Amino acid sequence: MEPIIRVRDLFKVFGPNPQEGLRLIQDGLDKDTIFERTGNTVGVKDCNLDIAEGEIFVVMGLSGSGKSTLVRLLNRLIEPTAGTVEVRGRDVTRMNQRELIRLRSEDMAMVFQSFALMPHKTVIDNAAFGLEIAGVGRARRRERALEALDQVGLKAHARSYPDELSGGMQQRVGLARALATDPSIMLMDEAFSALDPLIRTEMQDRLLDLQHERRRTVVFISHDLDEAIRIGDRIAIMQGGEVVQVGTPKEIIVDPANEYVRSFFHGVDITQVFQACDIMDSENIPVLDADTTAGEARNRIAHVPGNEAVIVDAEGRFRSVVQAKRLGELTVDRPASEVAVEVEPVTEDVALADLPGRAAKSPVSIPVVDADGAFRGLVTLPRLVEALDRSRNVAVANGDH
Amino acid sequence: MEDRINIPVGDWIEAAVDWILANLEPALDGIAWFLGLLTNSFEGALLAIPAWLLVLALVGLSWWRVSWRFGIFAIVALGLILGMDLWEPTIKTLSLVLAATAVALAIGMPVGVAMARSDWVEASIRPVLDLMQTMPPFVYLIPAAIFFGLGTVPGAIATVVFCMPPVVRLTNLGIRQVNREQIEAGLAFGCNRRQLLTKIQLPLAMPSIMAGINQTIMLALSMVVIASMIGAGGLGNTVLTGIQRLDVGLGFEGGLGVVILAILLDRITQSVGLRRKASG
Ligand SMILES: Nc1ncnc2c1ncn2[C@@H]1O[C@H](COP(=O)(O)OP(=O)(O)OP(=O)(O)O)[C@@H](O)[C@H]1O
Ligand SMILES: [Mg+2]
Repeated sequence: MEPIIRVRDLFKVFGPNPQEGLRLIQDGLDKDTIFERTGNTVGVKDCNLDIAEGEIFVVMGLSGSGKSTLVRLLNRLIEPTAGTVEVRGRDVTRMNQRELIRLRSEDMAMVFQSFALMPHKTVIDNAAFGLEIAGVGRARRRERALEALDQVGLKAHARSYPDELSGGMQQRVGLARALATDPSIMLMDEAFSALDPLIRTEMQDRLLDLQHERRRTVVFISHDLDEAIRIGDRIAIMQGGEVVQVGTPKEIIVDPANEYVRSFFHGVDITQVFQACDIMDSENIPVLDADTTAGEARNRIAHVPGNEAVIVDAEGRFRSVVQAKRLGELTVDRPASEVAVEVEPVTEDVALADLPGRAAKSPVSIPVVDADGAFRGLVTLPRLVEALDRSRNVAVANGDH
Repeated sequence: MEDRINIPVGDWIEAAVDWILANLEPALDGIAWFLGLLTNSFEGALLAIPAWLLVLALVGLSWWRVSWRFGIFAIVALGLILGMDLWEPTIKTLSLVLAATAVALAIGMPVGVAMARSDWVEASIRPVLDLMQTMPPFVYLIPAAIFFGLGTVPGAIATVVFCMPPVVRLTNLGIRQVNREQIEAGLAFGCNRRQLLTKIQLPLAMPSIMAGINQTIMLALSMVVIASMIGAGGLGNTVLTGIQRLDVGLGFEGGLGVVILAILLDRITQSVGLRRKASG
C-alpha cells in the first residue's frame, strides 16, 4: 500500500551555513566534528521513512537526537536543508504558503509537549482554535470542539480557563484541539511526557480507543520505552539525527541494529512484549473434528513432531486437546473426543509473562484462540521454555551495557 | 585665545530646522490641525459631562476594577481636586494625556510589532528609542515650540515623542517573548501571518503591552506638566504660576493635583489587563 507519509533523503542542518554542513555530512564527518568545525548543528541526517496510513508510528531517541526536528519537518514548521517529504504523494517541501496552510488546517494536527494552550481563551475556545483559524463559524466550531472535549473526557470543563486545570487535563485539551479538526494525521511531540504514570496510561488507552473509532495516522514522539511498545505499531530509533532502525517493537527487541538500540531496550520486560501468538505452535498440530476416530487421530499425530492434536467444532472453534498416549486407551473406531481434555484456551494477546502459571496447572499444552474463539495454535511446554530462555538471554545481553 | 575644535552640531540642527520650516510647512500644519482637533475633542467632551457625573464614573471604575478601598480613595482625591477648584486644569491635563497617549499608541504599537518581526528593524529602531528616552524632556520643547509655536499643540507633540518609547519597547518585547511552542501551535493549525499576529502574538503579549501602555500614560502625564512651559496649560500651568509668584501654596495644590491624577491613571490602567476572576 502507498504510504501516507514518505520521507526521502531528508536533511536538516541548523546554523550559520547549512549547505557547508551538508557537504561535510556527505564527506562522512559526524555531528560533533561538524559542530566543532563550522558551528552548524545536524538536526536530521539522511532520513528515509515510509509511514503507512492508519498506523501509530513512534519515534524514539535520546535528547537531542532530532525527534522534534523530524516531526516538525513533516508539517514544515522547520524548513528542510535537503530532501523531500511527501504527504499523500504531494511534496510538502515544494508547497506554496496557501497549499501549506491548507494541508496544516485540513489534514494534519499537532499536540505539543508543553500543551501550548492559549491562556486567554476558555477550554472550549482552545479546543476550537484550529476550526477558528480555518474560518468555521462560531456555533459550528463550538459544537465540534465540545464533541472533541467529550472524546477526551473534559466536556464538563468547557468553560474553564487552562490555568484552572491540572497538567493532565491541559494535555487533554491539547489533544482535543487536535481532534476537533478531525485530521487524518496527528503529530504528537512528547505529548504525554508531562503526565504522571497513571494519567499517562489512561491517555494512552484513550488514544488507542480513538484509533478504534477512527483510524488516524499518528506520528508519536516518546522518551518512554514502555509507552512506545504499548501504543506503537512500529518504532523508529534515532541517534545523532539519524534513523538507525525502524520496525515493530518485537523486531527491534529480537534483532537490534546496534549497541545504541540494544542499550535503549535495556531493562524492558520482554515477557510483557511477547504474546501467546508469538510463541505458539500453529503448524504441527493436527486439527480434528468431533467425530474423528482414535485410529485416524493416532495416524495424524504420528506424522507431526508433537504428540497432541486438537478438536474443533464445525465453526472451527476450539473444543479440546487430545494426547497421543491417551488414544491408546481406545479401540481404533471409537471417537477420539472420548479421551480429549477440555481446557480453557487463552487469547492470542495474552502476555508471555502470564503463560508459565497457566502451563503449570494445565495437564496439556495451552490452546490459543483468536477473539472469535477460532483455534490458532498450541503453546507447548518446549516452546514455552525456549521462549523464556530466549527472553532471559536478550535481557542478559541488554544488561551487559 | 587659541583655536578650539568646534564641531558645529548646533549649526547643523538649525539648518535642518530651517529646511523643515521652509519645505514641510503643509505637513506640520496637518499634524498641528489633527492634534489640536484631538485634544480639543477630548477636552470638550470631558468638560461637557457634569463634574459630579465624571467623578462618579471614575469612582465607580476604581471601585469595580481595583478595590473598594481604592474607590474610597478616589472619592476623597477627586473631592479634593474639586475643592481646590482645580477641576478645569485637571481635565485639561487629562485630555492632553489621553490625546498624546492615543497618538503614541497608534504609532508605537505598529512600530513595536514591526520590530518584533524583524531583527533588522529592531536593530535600527532601538538606538532611536534610547535617544528619545535619555534626552532630557525639556529638549523636546524647543523644536516643538519652533515648529508649532506656543500652546496646547506643541505641548501635545512633545508629549507624544517623549511618551512613545515604553509602548514600542514592551510591544516588541512581549511579542518576542511568546513561547516558541505557542507560535508553532498557531502555525501547525494553519495560521497565516495576520492570524498569527492577531490570534496568538498580540493576545499573548497583552500583559507586556498593557505594562507599556501604563508607562506611556505615566510618561505622558509627567511631560504634559513640563509642557506647560510652552503654554500647554492644565495643572502644570498652576504649578508654574505658583513658581513665578513664589506662591508655595498654589504650587503645592497644582502638584497635588498631578499626583492624584497619576495615582488614578496608574491604578486604573494597570487593572485593565487583568482578567477578573469570579472571587478568589
Ligand atoms: N532552532 C534550532 N537552532 C539550532 N539548533 C537546533 C534548533 N533546534 C534544534 N537544534 C539542534 O538539533 C538537534 C536536534 O534537536 P531536537 O530538538 O530535534 O532533539 P529531540 O530529539 O527532540 O530532543 P529532546 O528529546 O530533548 O526534545 C539538537 O542538537 C539541537 O541542539
Ligand atoms: Mg524534542
